[in-house]
Amino acid sequence: MEEFAALLDRLVLTPSRNGKLTLLSDYFRDTPDPDRGLALAAITGDLNIANVKPAMLRTLIAERMDEQLFAYSYDYVGDLAETISLVWSSDEPLRSNSVPTLGDVVTALERASRSDAVRMVEKWLDQLDASARYALLKLVTGGMRIGVSARLAKQALAQFGQVDVTEIEELWHGLTPPYQPLFAWLEKSAEKPESLSAAPFRPVMLSTPLEEPDYSRINAGEYVAEWKWDGIRVQLTSERGQRRIYSRTGDDISHAFPDIADYMTFEGTLDGELLVARSGDNEMEIGAFGDLQQRLNRKTVSARQLESHPAFVRLYDLLVDGGDDIRTLPFIERRTRLEAFAKQLEPTRFDLSPLIAYDHFDDLVELRKTPPHPIIEGLMLKQRSSTYVPGRPKGPWFKWKRDPFIIDAVLVYAQRGHGKRSSYYSDYTFAVWTGPETEPHLVPVGKAYFGFTDEELKQLDAFVRNNTTERFGPVRSVRAEPQHGLVLEVAFEGLNRSKRHKSGVAMRFPRISRLRWDKPPIEADRLETLEAMLRDDQPLV
Amino acid sequence: MHSAIIVGLAFLPVTPSLMVSLSNHAQKQCKIVTYKDCMELNPPYVRSMFGKHGTERNISLVKRPEELLRSTPAGLYSPAGDFYIDPIRPVERALITHGHSDHARSGHRKVMATQQTLDIMALRYGADFAGETQAAELGQTTGLNGVTISFHPAGHVLGSAQIAVEKDGMRIVASGDYKRASDPTCLGFEPIACNVFITEATFALPVFRHPDSRDEMAKLLKSVEQFPERSHLVGAYALGKAQRVIRLLRDAGYDQTIYIHGALAKLCDYYETQGIKLGPLAPATLEKDSAPDFAGTIVVGPPSAFQDRWARRFPDPVSCFASGWMRIRQRARQGGVELPIILSDHCDWDELTQTITELDPEQVWVTHGREEALVRWCDLNGYSARPLHLVGYEDEGD
Ligand SMILES: [Zn+2]
Ligand SMILES: [Zn+2]
Repeated sequence: MEEFAALLDRLVLTPSRNGKLTLLSDYFRDTPDPDRGLALAAITGDLNIANVKPAMLRTLIAERMDEQLFAYSYDYVGDLAETISLVWSSDEPLRSNSVPTLGDVVTALERASRSDAVRMVEKWLDQLDASARYALLKLVTGGMRIGVSARLAKQALAQFGQVDVTEIEELWHGLTPPYQPLFAWLEKSAEKPESLSAAPFRPVMLSTPLEEPDYSRINAGEYVAEWKWDGIRVQLTSERGQRRIYSRTGDDISHAFPDIADYMTFEGTLDGELLVARSGDNEMEIGAFGDLQQRLNRKTVSARQLESHPAFVRLYDLLVDGGDDIRTLPFIERRTRLEAFAKQLEPTRFDLSPLIAYDHFDDLVELRKTPPHPIIEGLMLKQRSSTYVPGRPKGPWFKWKRDPFIIDAVLVYAQRGHGKRSSYYSDYTFAVWTGPETEPHLVPVGKAYFGFTDEELKQLDAFVRNNTTERFGPVRSVRAEPQHGLVLEVAFEGLNRSKRHKSGVAMRFPRISRLRWDKPPIEADRLETLEAMLRDDQPLV
Repeated sequence: MHSAIIVGLAFLPVTPSLMVSLSNHAQKQCKIVTYKDCMELNPPYVRSMFGKHGTERNISLVKRPEELLRSTPAGLYSPAGDFYIDPIRPVERALITHGHSDHARSGHRKVMATQQTLDIMALRYGADFAGETQAAELGQTTGLNGVTISFHPAGHVLGSAQIAVEKDGMRIVASGDYKRASDPTCLGFEPIACNVFITEATFALPVFRHPDSRDEMAKLLKSVEQFPERSHLVGAYALGKAQRVIRLLRDAGYDQTIYIHGALAKLCDYYETQGIKLGPLAPATLEKDSAPDFAGTIVVGPPSAFQDRWARRFPDPVSCFASGWMRIRQRARQGGVELPIILSDHCDWDELTQTITELDPEQVWVTHGREEALVRWCDLNGYSARPLHLVGYEDEGD
């Protein structure tokens, strides 16, 4: 329990991905079964033993300490589990007697009634140190939030076992805590476990960006072209009555999209793009990315949302046809099978992503400039002969995104970065002009990191330090006047309307592409420019 | 109108019932009456106000402790002895408990402190930090305008002392900052019996329980082993905490060179002259030709330096902060601390309550920090206590 607690304490404060990976894989190496598997499940949210209500904890502590002293403490700390973990005191000898392991705790709680659970928790609190008490309380109240995604946990397992993460993803849905066969395989003491469950995840094939040196490779005999739709890449699998919708990292998101799952009446595995759409007169009308966001990150979907933002999948590929795994067939053969397969599907839920006819590369250049729909991100180019392989091989599939939008904006706030960059002001909020031409003022429109050279980062950091007008914690506001300030060229992928932002617009994937030391701030763009882009970009529905 | 009736050492707030009872006795403002008088008149009330010290023994002292020490805008002042303890403004005569900058300021005319505290003040402010200095020997008494003064180890940092002041059989101990946990870089706290104990309250909440310093060092060393490609930047206050961290690392068996920020150099050298061995230290500076690689090293510096440009020379640093505040997760998060090291030079909650229990003073005056919780604890446990509002102390050594 104490090792698990120490791991949690470090994970929450470690900003870097690599740091988290090291902490996790070291823990997997140093911790025996079943604790490491249970810890993994606790971190990924697959361990559901929450059994104790916060009110019960308050009763426990009220039996032990003065109410007023507890109130002062809770007031200061602000978190109930943390406060109790810190104020709990017990006699030292009791503590050293026997320290429960994570396995002891989980096993006992799985069998316990709620009232038994409280008494067990009380006993363990006496035996554990403050950090382990905190972990225990978070575990039993279900309030564990560590900032480790399931994806990252799988990556850590891959690092620990020196295997490719796609192998873990493929197995994952057949496994249950405490994952002993998985650890045994990763430690090379057993064979790779067979994926026994129906409808497992099959690692997704990804593309690499098309860059100038590769332009000459693209010709109609070798590559087919398709639009790149800006939704959520999904894998739909239906096998022996088991239906699953996976994200491209293998997370099961079926529960969020019953309106798709209900229509997965096929037997096989499809690859496609999840969009929000509505059936129009003769084709699907696709909603903006903002519409799709209404459906994401929700535990449950309301009937109203199903009605107003119905989900829809545009199909790219067929991986398994009936019982037949066809990933080793060339793309063009899979495509033929896909076209036949799609005929049996409900047309208001599924359609084919069309192939785009072209003769020469120059045709693609034109198409990329003027895509027929705002939710198109660019072009996909797929080699006719390509088999479906996991990961991101270079060559078989290219993505060729449309050019980003560009505006000039004025730096208004800077914030210190994290980790490596904690001594630099490396996160920037930028604004554009609004109001009457004679009396313009700045309105913030976005925030971005700086992704350029260390030399430029230093210059920017120096500018921030020398032009600070106010400081609030890690944030500084910076001089931004018509004739004094810094203009940033900002590139972004798209715009959404936003009620949360004062400017009324929100940028997608903004990044700072250039520092315009040469430009006086007054020459930066105005909000009207963004509003016009919004109109061009999104037909009013 | 009576604001209070002074009984022995304690104050009784005046309630109508006590007023009626006392009306024959005390007619003037602030009349001094005896405990016995009060007990005859209204025993339950008096007992409730005195707690367990409602006994005859208070009554031998009829002097108000405020005549010996009281708080003033310039700091803790002795009207009887005409001196200040740790004043925050320049004064004629100052007694200094320890070298932290909020307690030891420059510009007093006469300063009395332990030799080590005087040395530290000279290092920090220059040799002319005061008009005149007088070294106090630990445990020796000195007379000052009829008040007897003595210095006793406080266990806080090198040279730190509690100051006992005594007159007419009443002794007040101003403990300054203190701790009870063991510290290889200074003498341990010595309990001094007293009538009034003035205690700090920096960590006076039951949530503060400092863990064993060896476990905290083990945490740091484990991280150094886990992340050999990164440097570990340990934020520690320049006086006391930094040297304690270094010494504890040595005790844990770490014998590599420890790199230190320039602000620590003079104090670390001074600790060495006082027999506290810190092992191999080197400045954490980059020299043009021979840029050392800080990967895998431990670097100690004042916390303020870590958000500064200075920190950029280190490869992907793990920012650590050695402080009692690190007990609270939110404090670590807000400060961008990646590895909190819970290490304090102040008492935690258990040490504070243990010290009061051990000294069993008639009154406890509680100052800088979270006074209300400790006063509450004193109430619950039968000690007469009140907050002593001193301003200007924001300890650099927490
Ligand atoms: Zn202090
Ligand atoms: Zn201090």
